[in-house]
Amino acid sequence: MKPAPFDYYAPTTLEEALALTAAHGTDGKLLAGGQSLIPVMNFRLAQPTVLIDLNGISALQRFTATESELKIGAMVRQSVLERDPAIAHLAPLIHATMPYVAHSQIRNRGTLGGSLAHADPAAELPVLAVARDARFRLQKQGGDRWVAAADFYQGLFETALADDEILTEIDVRPLPDNVGYSFHEFARRHGDYAQAGVAVLLTVDDSGVCQAARLVYLNVGDMPMDAKGAAAMLVGNVITPELIEAAAQFAAANEIAPSGDVHGSAAYKRHLAAVLGKRAIVEALSKV
Amino acid sequence: MSEKFTVSAEINGYPVSKQVEPRLLLSDFIRHEVGLTGTHVGCEHGVCGACTILFDGAPVRSCIMLAVQAHGHSIETVESLGTPDDMHPLQEAFHEAHGLQCGYCTPGILMTLKPWIADNPNPTEHEIRTALSGNLCRCTGYQHIVEAVKIAIEKTHHTEENE
Repeated sequence: MKPAPFDYYAPTTLEEALALTAAHGTDGKLLAGGQSLIPVMNFRLAQPTVLIDLNGISALQRFTATESELKIGAMVRQSVLERDPAIAHLAPLIHATMPYVAHSQIRNRGTLGGSLAHADPAAELPVLAVARDARFRLQKQGGDRWVAAADFYQGLFETALADDEILTEIDVRPLPDNVGYSFHEFARRHGDYAQAGVAVLLTVDDSGVCQAARLVYLNVGDMPMDAKGAAAMLVGNVITPELIEAAAQFAAANEIAPSGDVHGSAAYKRHLAAVLGKRAIVEALSKV
Repeated sequence: MSEKFTVSAEINGYPVSKQVEPRLLLSDFIRHEVGLTGTHVGCEHGVCGACTILFDGAPVRSCIMLAVQAHGHSIETVESLGTPDDMHPLQEAFHEAHGLQCGYCTPGILMTLKPWIADNPNPTEHEIRTALSGNLCRCTGYQHIVEAVKIAIEKTHHTEENE
């Protein structure tokens, strides 16, 4: 298998890369880790005529980690998210979820920004970004804008990223100490695309009343599915086993849109989402 | 679009410099341009792990990288491990435990494991199986591969201490 021919550019500065995206518009495709793009190019499902390789831009491979701020360059490798002690401390949900992302060989090459911008509904990182209200910096020649993760995802592999923009930086706010977190997914084999998965964040006050909740599901819709109704059921209440069951069932019945495939029917995926949601709420609650 | 680019890389400690089309996959560069056919090509879309090499010391799948991306970088392939007369402890262990049958997946498994066993002196069997999860073997059922990993860890970490 060989990719179709393309013009190749390997800029070493962001300015060069932005000039290339401005010049090539819809013809230009950005190459990050390439762990999704190159396979589809090998199959010729994608035949970009211009490939702009971001791997030579060292400025995109840095991150800032302080107690109050965690900003990660788009080209930071997933293996760094998995292993860096500062990121593990400030973003324990991301750290705990990384082993679910494909295999170690993929994470050594795959990047945070590449996965976020690819917007595969089965991917873990977009779900975490939505659950944490991460913000994405989209830069183009002569300007930039910050977009909330929830607004970035617009449909199946569709995002707010314009043809002349590059996702350069992700503002992952450090997780406050009083937030309980959990990620659960189910896949047939380790490293396969999950059939369903969910990230849960819970804040509970001293009297046991839930102050804030997020439940965001993967691969049961066209994009990360934010179950706001189920979260609203938890907020303002003491979280009991009955309430956990009710919220997980509500999300699975009303707030996701799974489609059946060779691995399971839509009904099976709703069942999985309910089970995983319940487990994730219980675990998140135990970490508050 | 067929403009060629220079790839100057270090492969198994030796400098290599070639002119290549940008669409050439790194796996094909290693096999066809450099002539190191120990790196095997299975699925060619990043699933089977047969083409795993070390890129700047970290295991990656060479079939989903472009050869031009290796410019200025260091690559290790299975040929760097040992020779029939002087095998790497991993190779000895796979030989002793019968950790292969047809051998097609073996180079990728060995290159995945080389840095991993160095970093993991006392893994559980579950951790060994997780480390192997990105490499498919259709012959062995993995049991002998897991045994080989245990022997390799013994040879690497625990034999010298006893001497």
